[in-house]
Amino acid sequence: MPPLDVDATVLANRRLSRDYNVLTLSAPEVGARTVAGQFVMVRPEGMTDTLLRRPFSVFEIIRDASGQPTAISILNKRAGRTTNRLYEAEPGERIACLGPLGRPYTPVTAPTEAWMVAGGVGLAPFATLAEALVAAGTPTTLFYGARSDRELFYLDFFERLGVSLVLTTEDGSRGERGRVTAPLDRALTGRPPGSTMVYACGPEPMLAAVAAVSARHGQPCEVSVERTMGCGLGGCYSCVIKVTHGAGAPHFVRSCISGPVFDGAEIVWD
Amino acid sequence: MARDLSVRIGSLQLPNPLIAASGCFGYGLEYEGVADLSSLGGVCVKGLFMTEREGHAPPRIVETPAGMINAIGLQGIGVHRFVREKLPLLNERGARVFVNVCGTTIDEYVEVTKVLTDAGGVAAIELNISCPNIKEGGIQFGCSLVGTGAVVSAVRKATHLPVIPKLTPNVTDVASFAHAAEDAGADAVSLVNTFLAMAIDVETRRPTITNVLGGLSGPAIRPIAVRMVWECAQEVKIPIIGMGGITNARDALEFILAGATAVQIGTANFVDPFVWTKVLAGIDDYLERHRIERLADLIGAFDPTPPKAVHA
Repeated sequence: MPPLDVDATVLANRRLSRDYNVLTLSAPEVGARTVAGQFVMVRPEGMTDTLLRRPFSVFEIIRDASGQPTAISILNKRAGRTTNRLYEAEPGERIACLGPLGRPYTPVTAPTEAWMVAGGVGLAPFATLAEALVAAGTPTTLFYGARSDRELFYLDFFERLGVSLVLTTEDGSRGERGRVTAPLDRALTGRPPGSTMVYACGPEPMLAAVAAVSARHGQPCEVSVERTMGCGLGGCYSCVIKVTHGAGAPHFVRSCISGPVFDGAEIVWD
Repeated sequence: MARDLSVRIGSLQLPNPLIAASGCFGYGLEYEGVADLSSLGGVCVKGLFMTEREGHAPPRIVETPAGMINAIGLQGIGVHRFVREKLPLLNERGARVFVNVCGTTIDEYVEVTKVLTDAGGVAAIELNISCPNIKEGGIQFGCSLVGTGAVVSAVRKATHLPVIPKLTPNVTDVASFAHAAEDAGADAVSLVNTFLAMAIDVETRRPTITNVLGGLSGPAIRPIAVRMVWECAQEVKIPIIGMGGITNARDALEFILAGATAVQIGTANFVDPFVWTKVLAGIDDYLERHRIERLADLIGAFDPTPPKAVHA
């Protein structure tokens, strides 16, 4: 289904920390079409110093009591001009929102377990994925790593859904100290191959490590990548990533339309 | 729309002057969900060599004030796969297909053109003699008057299709290149390709894109592109396809007034893939306000009378 371009209004801006916020956008039509792992290209109205839209995973699909989508949200982390603006945005401001775009995660069902692995702002696709998995009755775990306790967000959301949590922080302020791949590796040890689908989103070195750990334990793995993206529709060839299929030579594909979700085993990591 | 927005490029009649710029619209089919390909004046697909190309390692783009620098490196599927996999579908969708033809040698330009001509279903050949991003990408032809003439005349002999060299702005006098193209038998010229540019990450002291250098596009370049189209319009009789930072009807009209018969939109399509209908509606609205029946009457209608010093 083709994407929509919605001139959305900021309904709420919940600042989670000095860098992170959740922006609720009145784009229910986009929410209604979104499958977990897909993204939107957004551009705040009146940006003069930047031109291009920015890609964001659909973080939440917000629904009314009858289950109808009323809005979507995005998880934003300040990194540059547009993300700073999105952090500062006030309710009532308008944000162009094009989507949903891209290839989503492939949900699994019991007895296969779903293990989501998030690093930092890589939490973004997992709220909607967790909802879909839980609704399907799939046993779901979230491995979630961040710099510190102050940057672990939405834990109550996942707990309410019944998602098991495994937390790590780089400073040891909550959960295990270190990288999220360490507890993942231990937990996968001894599990029957093919029994666990590992979904990952986060910095590329983490994705490469998760893909390697999953492959070593014989588990399928899907990763969501973020490359510098121009258009989100396959027009500009900016967001390419190197993949390989079987014996074929590695080649660049556009992460906006061939991804952003890829089989972790097919990516040739830098 | 009762008004006539059609324009003519050589033997080619286009229903309106808006053409998707090469390198900014994939192979066209990527956009069929958001744009009616048959409603565009033309679709200029991504540059094609004889064989597939990988392009540069990412990052390939960086944003700069009112623009962006890109060095994609002409990643592409090659002319044979294009003819097999894309062209039939583009024709089914009713697109007027302009193909941006690349070459590392004159022979390759000729060969790619012949494959496309034999395939049928191609409306025009745009010659990429101006990509700033690859060493062997035709810029050595596009930066030499002799080279420009040689490529154009060789391709001219190989096809009955309109031949439209795409000119680089990275020369001192672009009008002399338009002239050389006209003399060599070009049916039209398109300009401008991107401006060779560079942006440094001052924190890391390193380049912002892998290729270090890239081509600057977007509204930042528009006034220079308008000037160059105007200069060429005074130099040549063949039609000019103008481009450079067009984002709305006003911008498109500026090029048309400067002498462009048709215009291409590139970067703005990244920001708003629905730009086409908006620009077309804006042009129609302008014609209505100015009581003009035919868009073609506006081509080159720029009035150089100095503006008033003070607005009344």
